Amino acid sequence: MTPSAETITRPRQPIPWGRIAAWTALVLMLLITLFPFWWMLRTALTHPKALFINPASLLPVQPTLINFQRVLGLVDVETAVALGGTGQTINFMLALRNSIIVSVLVVVGQVTFSAMAAYAFARLNFPLRNQIFALYVAALMVPGVVMLLPNFILVRSLNLLNTFVGIVLPALFMTPFAVFFLRQFFLGVNREVEEAALIDGCDVPEVFFRIVIPMTIPALTTLAVITFITSWNNYLWPLVVGNKENVRVLTVALGVFRSQTPQGAPDWTGLMAGTALSIIPTFVLFLFMGRKILDSIQFTGFK
Amino acid sequence: MSLQVSPVPRLALPSRPKRRWRRREVIWAALLILPSLVGFIAFYAIPAVRGVFISFTDWDLLTQAKWIGLENYQRLLKDPEFRNALKVTFYYVLLNIPLQTVLATVIAVMMARLSTSVLIRAVLILPWLMPSVVVGLLWLWLMDPNIGIINVTLRSLGLSTIPFLNVPALAMPSIALINIWQYVGYTALLLFAGLQSIPGSVYEAASIDGASETQMFWKVTLPLLRPVMVFVVVTSVIGSFQVFDTIAITTKGGPVNATKVLNWYIYEQAFSRFNMGYATAISMVLFLMLIVISAIQMRLLRAGESDL
Repeated sequence: MTPSAETITRPRQPIPWGRIAAWTALVLMLLITLFPFWWMLRTALTHPKALFINPASLLPVQPTLINFQRVLGLVDVETAVALGGTGQTINFMLALRNSIIVSVLVVVGQVTFSAMAAYAFARLNFPLRNQIFALYVAALMVPGVVMLLPNFILVRSLNLLNTFVGIVLPALFMTPFAVFFLRQFFLGVNREVEEAALIDGCDVPEVFFRIVIPMTIPALTTLAVITFITSWNNYLWPLVVGNKENVRVLTVALGVFRSQTPQGAPDWTGLMAGTALSIIPTFVLFLFMGRKILDSIQFTGFK
Repeated sequence: MSLQVSPVPRLALPSRPKRRWRRREVIWAALLILPSLVGFIAFYAIPAVRGVFISFTDWDLLTQAKWIGLENYQRLLKDPEFRNALKVTFYYVLLNIPLQTVLATVIAVMMARLSTSVLIRAVLILPWLMPSVVVGLLWLWLMDPNIGIINVTLRSLGLSTIPFLNVPALAMPSIALINIWQYVGYTALLLFAGLQSIPGSVYEAASIDGASETQMFWKVTLPLLRPVMVFVVVTSVIGSFQVFDTIAITTKGGPVNATKVLNWYIYEQAFSRFNMGYATAISMVLFLMLIVISAIQMRLLRAGESDL
């Protein structure tokens, strides 16, 4: 009884075409975003000799892990060349190690030193505080290319070209963004606990390390993840100061790998295996920290 | 017990402990900001000033730098390659920004209307988190004229092959397409966050007044989104003017200089032709251009005002 009564009283809902169209468009956007990633994986899993057989196949052709093994240097040179790769392997493991060294150093240094400075700017009174902070903010607006050449010349004159120190140095102590990001965060933290501790006779470092740091671990972790990904993705600076193989990071190594066209055409299956491996750390971080990264984008967008 | 930690005795004598504390505060503050200040002075402040000086010299890195005054800047005015780089860069920005901003706005509005799912946002941000080197390599493969999936699909549909990155006329639009793919989701998320901050009551009022969806978008959403839009557009334009990685990986300035943007030209002058002074002069011009362009945009988009 009740259902029929309802159908009588309520006018029939029109089909929501607008909504359907909008959903279709959104799903299409998501597919366009994801498809290239699938294609990377699909190519990396395709046998190098089978690349031309069915280039439209949505699934890997003659699925194999040989490309990953090739890139990681797990097969001997003759086999690699026979499969369309270069004689010299990309030395992926070395580049991976270098990327990890550079990014970890940058994260540890930048987050620590920026947090210290940000705390001072947010909480302590000292002469020239606002002027120094204004300078940092001004540097936030300066495009990277302006610093590139003078910094290259500086690192070169310090004899630090092709060293890890040279690669990490400009980002080791601070970036204006990191200081700015953390200062904003510290300003939003309730200061009652800190004040109570100060009144109880704690000194600044005790308050900072025992109270502020533990309370702001989420923000520090977020910044660490952003800094890691930024450093991991960086290309121009390490290309300019660290193109020797012993310090060459992944992005630079992939660029070199791309320029090698051993048998007329780029080694696509090998290249895609290399790119797929190189983005694993970012994927893993994003899997665990995705929400934080998303929130931080909104946070930094609007100060 | 409470006697030991009670703040009362200290508060009773405010003057002396406070003064002593202030001096310590300054010392601690100095120690805390010292590392960042060293980094700032060494790698931001001094290089910025030094860059200006280098731009007034002729320097190949091997011999002594020679002071030549404004000669580099005069040379810029007559350099056809610089003019080409300027043209190509502006062309790229014009291809990139309008399409990216419109697409991002559409995505943001769709998300706000349909779903605020974290998963959708996570997928959309994914390309932005990747190294542009990886994005460049990936699209180089997707756009390959012979067996790249895009052209394979086009041919199977009976269409002809598009030599995306291999002909001058299509190279820059292709680069723009690649970078839109990488950045549109990030831009959409920024705009989406902006949309979230518009109070629902405004829409309720508009719908009571009988406004249609389209009217609400143009008369309510866009005006209220303007401050966020200004931020998004200004930062994307600044980023676009410095495009480098994608070009370094895919076209290396070619074919026939079609993608030789300012940043690539600076790189080439500095590290292939070893004209440090000239390269620095170009970077200074780029910097000045960005300041002027950002200021004009802020003006045109009335950044300071709010409609809320």
